[in-house]
Amino acid sequence: MSAPRMPDETGVPDWEPYLHPALKKNYGQWSYHERPRNGVLLHVAKSGDKVWTVKAGSCRQMDIHTVRKIAQIADDYADGFIRFTMRSALEFMVTDESKVEPLIQACEDAGFPVGGTGPSVRMVSHTQGWLHCDIPGTDASGAVKALMDELFDDFKNQDMPNHVHITSSCCQINCGGQGDIAINIQHTKPPKINHDLVANVCERPTVVARCPVAAIRPAVVNGKPSLEVDEKKCVACGACFPPCPPMQINDPEHSKFAIWVGGKHSSTRSKPSFHKLVAAGLPNNAPRWPEVGEVVKKILKTYKEDAKDWERMGEWAERIGWPQFFEKTGLPFTKYHIDNWRGGRASLNASAHIRF
Amino acid sequence: MAKEMHATPLLDQLESGPWPSFVTGIKRLAQDNDMMVDLLGQLETSYRTRKGYWKGGTVGVVGYGGGVIPRFTELKDKNEKALYPSAAEFHTIRIQPTPGFHYTSDLLRKFSDVWEKHGSGLLCLHGQSGDLMLQGCTTAAVQPCFDEVNAMGFDMGGAGPALRTASSCVGHARCEHSCYDEYAAHRQMINAFLDDMHRPALPYKWKFKFSGCANDCSNATQRADEAVIGTWRDDMKVDQEKVKEYVSTKGRKYIIDNVITRCPTNALALNDDDTLDVDNKNCVRCMHCINVMTKALAPGDDKGVMILVGGKRTLKIGDTFGTVIVPFMKVDTEEGLDELEDLSGRMIDFFAENALEHERCGEMIDRIGLANYLEGIEVDIDPNQIDVPRTNPYVRMDGWDEEVAKWEERKA
Repeated sequence: MSAPRMPDETGVPDWEPYLHPALKKNYGQWSYHERPRNGVLLHVAKSGDKVWTVKAGSCRQMDIHTVRKIAQIADDYADGFIRFTMRSALEFMVTDESKVEPLIQACEDAGFPVGGTGPSVRMVSHTQGWLHCDIPGTDASGAVKALMDELFDDFKNQDMPNHVHITSSCCQINCGGQGDIAINIQHTKPPKINHDLVANVCERPTVVARCPVAAIRPAVVNGKPSLEVDEKKCVACGACFPPCPPMQINDPEHSKFAIWVGGKHSSTRSKPSFHKLVAAGLPNNAPRWPEVGEVVKKILKTYKEDAKDWERMGEWAERIGWPQFFEKTGLPFTKYHIDNWRGGRASLNASAHIRF
Repeated sequence: MAKEMHATPLLDQLESGPWPSFVTGIKRLAQDNDMMVDLLGQLETSYRTRKGYWKGGTVGVVGYGGGVIPRFTELKDKNEKALYPSAAEFHTIRIQPTPGFHYTSDLLRKFSDVWEKHGSGLLCLHGQSGDLMLQGCTTAAVQPCFDEVNAMGFDMGGAGPALRTASSCVGHARCEHSCYDEYAAHRQMINAFLDDMHRPALPYKWKFKFSGCANDCSNATQRADEAVIGTWRDDMKVDQEKVKEYVSTKGRKYIIDNVITRCPTNALALNDDDTLDVDNKNCVRCMHCINVMTKALAPGDDKGVMILVGGKRTLKIGDTFGTVIVPFMKVDTEEGLDELEDLSGRMIDFFAENALEHERCGEMIDRIGLANYLEGIEVDIDPNQIDVPRTNPYVRMDGWDEEVAKWEERKA
């Protein structure tokens, strides 16, 4: 028997062979950019070279036939190169302005909607969901597909006050990250424990340590070592579920959706900010989650009408004040909006500032 | 021709509408791929019952301890037989793409060909950390598939308690705001600590992200244990003729409302002759005015990076942003990048030795305090590391005179 092949530990590959020649030539030497039309960026280098980028939406989870279709568009219309954005959008680049229109047409014809530039709703940053995750409360690709069908025009047009980053997460770990609008699973009941399995499947001290509110303790149930949850303390976060699948947190009825607003990772104008709870209790209504779409559209419509140019969603809410956010969007304000987590006092109104 | 398709009335509803449909893509694969036929069966079950049915396990390749995300079906009958046997093993192989996610059409086709041969044909471009993910591989096919990918010049990404795959904004390749060579830093940092990726032995994950400016297009501040973000320390560049052009085409009101008054530190003023005054000492390099007037304004010449540490998602203490530990560092020379590598090495070492199991760096710093952390990684304290000084007097300060002496010494 021959020795097994050991890997070439090459790490991060050299990018140069895969860089569009105009990008390689002007690497680090760019002067400015414009947006000549929706879905198109024009970057001008200090050398005077111009690169038009056509940006298009895709589904992040793609089959090889779709990937080959992208390769073919790159070959036929875009000099044989492509890049993907952080949010899984496609970016084809050309150096000849006359190639822009045929490239746009080719993308649209192949089913990749051109858009997602400037003040638009960008592609949703999402997770794996039922397709591949081991702890999902819902699906990701499907929820995003359903939502983007609804927000299609907001992706294609640049008529939002600023860009809108939507994220979605299939559990409260929030792998989708901070978003102008974050659509996240919110469990509402403590885990149901399968006591027959805990001893064989779970390392109990690890599970106890994982709980953020110290609600889990070792116990003997039906003569077997297991765990018990203090249901008064439990915040139904689901953190115990990944290390211990018998702590079943996902529930078809009680795992709901919550919507959060105002997350921003950039330091542009205001400092980065976390998204804030605005709505919850929305049903996990596959395959199209219409109740979630309704709330998202309501928030987007209010933002679009009321925010100033360049204001991100959280900056807008800060300016008009959260009471007005709830008033204008018509979303109910409940006791759950008042933070009682560690450091939550910092979110209270310690001032004489009230808008009337 | 693959086995017969399962009925998927719920998933079918995701094929209508204008946005590209992953269901249509998976169905196309299922025409000649049994694994995808059964994957549709399992996914449809999830849509019906609203529950997930994958569990983890241990799958890998020779020589590496991580990079494969094992998935075994939990949908089984009474005799422990998988209900959807062709998708009973559905592992993901994480591959590190180029910084900036650049591809030639040829490279995309090569990945497609390898993946058609060995796996499901479903790819994710790309995951949240920045991996190209090949999704849907049997245990037996993982090794031959990786061998082919590896022979193409691509290496496994990270998973588990390890250094993870990094990502960079488009940066130097196509952005005038870029303040350093993100791709060079990305490649050097990851490749320097590659052992920590391929042989997971850290307390928990360690993520790098590289953004060229404060717009932070790689989401470094919120997602990275170590965020490397570009900035500059000399004056911002102003082309006054171009400023005048903006004022004449957009109008004074637009410039005042959208540029001048949006400066977070009131460092801008529009002069009577339509030129711009910049109080560079009070400019925080937030990028807003440069974003609005890309032709007229630009970062200065003396560019570098700042380092933020401790960003992560909710588990376990709640989401955290990275906070500044190094306000400025030059990385435009080999020595500069080596210095960044040294610092990153000290940070990873300290994390490896001091974090609790399953504790991210930001949580560790919460537990031990930033001042102790900085001492541990040999980084000087700096007022740029805080928003405001301490507001609570409950602290023992009998080392005050020594600390003042250190400050004076650093200043000298």
